[in-house]
Amino acid sequence: MKMNAEYKELAIQGLWKNNPGLVQLLGLCPLLAVTATVTNALGLGLATLLVLIGSNVTVSLVREWVPKEIRIPVFVLIIAAFVTVIQLLMNAYTYGIYQSLGIFLPLIVTNCAIIGRAEAYASKNPVKQAAFDGLMMGLGFALVLIVLGAIREVLGQGTLFDGAELLLGEWASVLRVEVLHLDNKFLLAILPPGAFIAMGFLIAVKNYIDEKQKEKQKLQQSQEEPSTIERVRVNFD
Amino acid sequence: MKKAINKNAQLLAAFAIACTLAVGVISELTSDRIAQQEQAQLLKTLHTIIDKAAINNDLYQDCTIANDPLLGSTEDQTVYLGKLDDAPVAAAITAIAPDGYNGKISLLIAFDIDGIVTGVRTLKHNETPGLGDKIELKRSDWITSFNGKTITKLSDSRWNVKKDGGMFDQFTGATITPRAVVKAVKNANLYFNQHKQSLFESTVSCRGES
Repeated sequence: MKMNAEYKELAIQGLWKNNPGLVQLLGLCPLLAVTATVTNALGLGLATLLVLIGSNVTVSLVREWVPKEIRIPVFVLIIAAFVTVIQLLMNAYTYGIYQSLGIFLPLIVTNCAIIGRAEAYASKNPVKQAAFDGLMMGLGFALVLIVLGAIREVLGQGTLFDGAELLLGEWASVLRVEVLHLDNKFLLAILPPGAFIAMGFLIAVKNYIDEKQKEKQKLQQSQEEPSTIERVRVNFD
Repeated sequence: MKKAINKNAQLLAAFAIACTLAVGVISELTSDRIAQQEQAQLLKTLHTIIDKAAINNDLYQDCTIANDPLLGSTEDQTVYLGKLDDAPVAAAITAIAPDGYNGKISLLIAFDIDGIVTGVRTLKHNETPGLGDKIELKRSDWITSFNGKTITKLSDSRWNVKKDGGMFDQFTGATITPRAVVKAVKNANLYFNQHKQSLFESTVSCRGES
């Protein structure tokens, strides 16, 4: 029972409360640079997810043997190795997406979200939890990427999943949807400033939802025990 | 103290070796496949601009290098030679347009033996998305407007964008990019006309030893 609660907490932390993209604001460079289309976002999201799980598991496995003085270089080594492996595999099997992600694939090494999780969680927890944490943090990051990619692609090109066949194989070309027909592309959405603006709106929406929820909770509490709340209020006023 | 340093150094070395080993193994396993992918990609592009039915040699293997200021760079450029029963039919040259809006534009330009352009493709560029990137075939068919064109004399005023009195469209909001591409294709055409003989006779392979 306690285990389940722990996993649930990890999921909530990774996907919402402590989302690497929206709350920790880590890895902004790839986040903003490659999210011009959903396909690119999905490609980078998956690559980051795989690296995050791999590095979390490995870091957790070796945590007993690595003295804390040399842990950072060891983590960097592990992460760099995973990124290089993923890069080679993508180069070999998804050549198109490898080309469109370009420099941002090797740059996953410098994504602070990954070394952050290695240091903050994986190096102190057993393998299973570390893997799950990696999965959830990776998913949280990938989701932000995808949402941002979707917003920018619809506004900028009027499509969704343009070029999905590069990532998923020939069958995926049917996924392409023409959402809006635009005579003139909305350039701002594709360019970097559009990424910052869209990102800002996403964070704002998240904060708004959080605030609403807090208010709701307060309201519920005050309904449950109105007398105490009243007294507190009086005291503070 | 010394002992700790020793131990840590050994551990770090062990990790470095293990990680390098893992990367090395994967690299070894995927290298064939990666080379294949790159070759397939290039061949696919080559075959869209050189008629596959007109040649019967291996374009990818049959290539030489060229180095000329007309090709826009001091680096060696690759020339893929299309032959039918060893008779020269067509060639595709990589060339650089050095004066793009945002740096170099890398092009692949194919000619038939008479020096007529059979196709141009953009291999790599950093032009503005939405404006200058119309030089990509997947964004606009502008790049196909070179097909069938050729340059006859050194100063041919038709080889310009329309704004400069030529025959090629510029893009709304982007003139520098198409201007650079037109100039690069024009120069490559001049180069090919001057050197096609020696290119097809060249024994230098683009893959090092011939």
